[in-house]
Amino acid sequence: MADETTDYAIKLDIFEGPLDLLLYLIKKNEIDIYNIPIALVTEQYLQYLKIIKSLNLDLAGEYLVMASTLIHIKSRMLLPVPDEPSDEETEEDPRAELVRQLLEHQAFKEAATALEMRPLLERDVFTRAAQISDKAENLSDNDDDLIEVNIFELIEAFHRLVSRIDKKELMEIDLEKLSITDIINDIMERLSRDKNITFEELLGEKRDRRRIVYTFLAILELIKMRMIKAYQTAAFGVIRIFPAVES
Amino acid sequence: MENCKAVIEALILASEAPLALEKICAILEEVEKTEVKKSVEQLIAEYNERQSGIYLAEIAGGFQFRTRPELSLWVKKLKGTKQASLSPAALETLAIVAYRQPIVKSEVESIRGVDVSAPLKGLLDKNLIRIVGRKDVPGKPIIYGTTKKFLEVFNLKNLSELPTLREFKELNEQTEAIQDFSNS
Repeated sequence: MADETTDYAIKLDIFEGPLDLLLYLIKKNEIDIYNIPIALVTEQYLQYLKIIKSLNLDLAGEYLVMASTLIHIKSRMLLPVPDEPSDEETEEDPRAELVRQLLEHQAFKEAATALEMRPLLERDVFTRAAQISDKAENLSDNDDDLIEVNIFELIEAFHRLVSRIDKKELMEIDLEKLSITDIINDIMERLSRDKNITFEELLGEKRDRRRIVYTFLAILELIKMRMIKAYQTAAFGVIRIFPAVES
Repeated sequence: MENCKAVIEALILASEAPLALEKICAILEEVEKTEVKKSVEQLIAEYNERQSGIYLAEIAGGFQFRTRPELSLWVKKLKGTKQASLSPAALETLAIVAYRQPIVKSEVESIRGVDVSAPLKGLLDKNLIRIVGRKDVPGKPIIYGTTKKFLEVFNLKNLSELPTLREFKELNEQTEAIQDFSNS
């Protein structure tokens, strides 16, 4: 038993979650995946779990869910099967859902390996020139170096703009209907046309407080959704917005 | 046009990204599309026949010259050793997104059985996947799909060129196994 424990410990790194561990146990015991001896697998699984718990408590969470699923299945398997099942529901093997999950997981593991074995760019095959990377990086070659903007710099830019507005303008009541969605759409449309754009350009002539606030919120939302990236050339410099991904 | 093939060869070489057939056609206005296509196919065949160091690959809906995979050892010496490979977790996550796109995070997680926030972020940063929108269900989860760069990096013509996923036995076969069990 003690020897087994050390044996388990060595192999722990290779598991990518509970499904992976189960697949390993199935392979190790040469079990037919369509007919898993649930008692044996549950027992071995719990042994591994003990070791995982002793090593890394954080990891144990998702493994515990699987442990309870296994025990639940095991208990259901112990219930007597009715001679004449009344409906489809009762006929289903308690293991069916788990088997489906395991097979799907296995299929994607294989797919991942197959992908990895393809001739990969910059590993197996190379193109004539350096791969064109993000537009922003491209621009940085000939322009000043761009720094990715953090939230504080965005807020700073926002403050600078607001402080520049004419006081009188702030008093005006604006009946123009604005929505963040409209502004988001407007930004994405302009970016598809112009490649990059500054915060000030986005506002254009209409610099009332609401438009500034809405535009600012739209930019924050787009950054959060990873639709755009914000860069500047120097601290307190002009902030430029780039589309985050090419379509 | 007699030198059509040569022009196409030049265009593909000069293009930074894989060059789409439509783009070639737009440049060679007076040449028929079928003619262009035939010339490209001839070029591909010629490069293959000549067993030269480069081949003409159909990538991400376009054409691009690439060095032959079996020569990678030499080219790597020229390029240096930097090689950003993907972790098994990232690779598996990428495979799931590629085959099941458009897909939301929770669907990826149900297949992998673990949290995929970190691999998804890594793949987004590497520009291999992108956000294609938000699903119209409570919580409006983000929908992911693969990018053009994914096709370029993995040497794929298009998504349908992905190797087929191994099919597993379907439900009726599973029920057989279940019956076996209940009999025993």
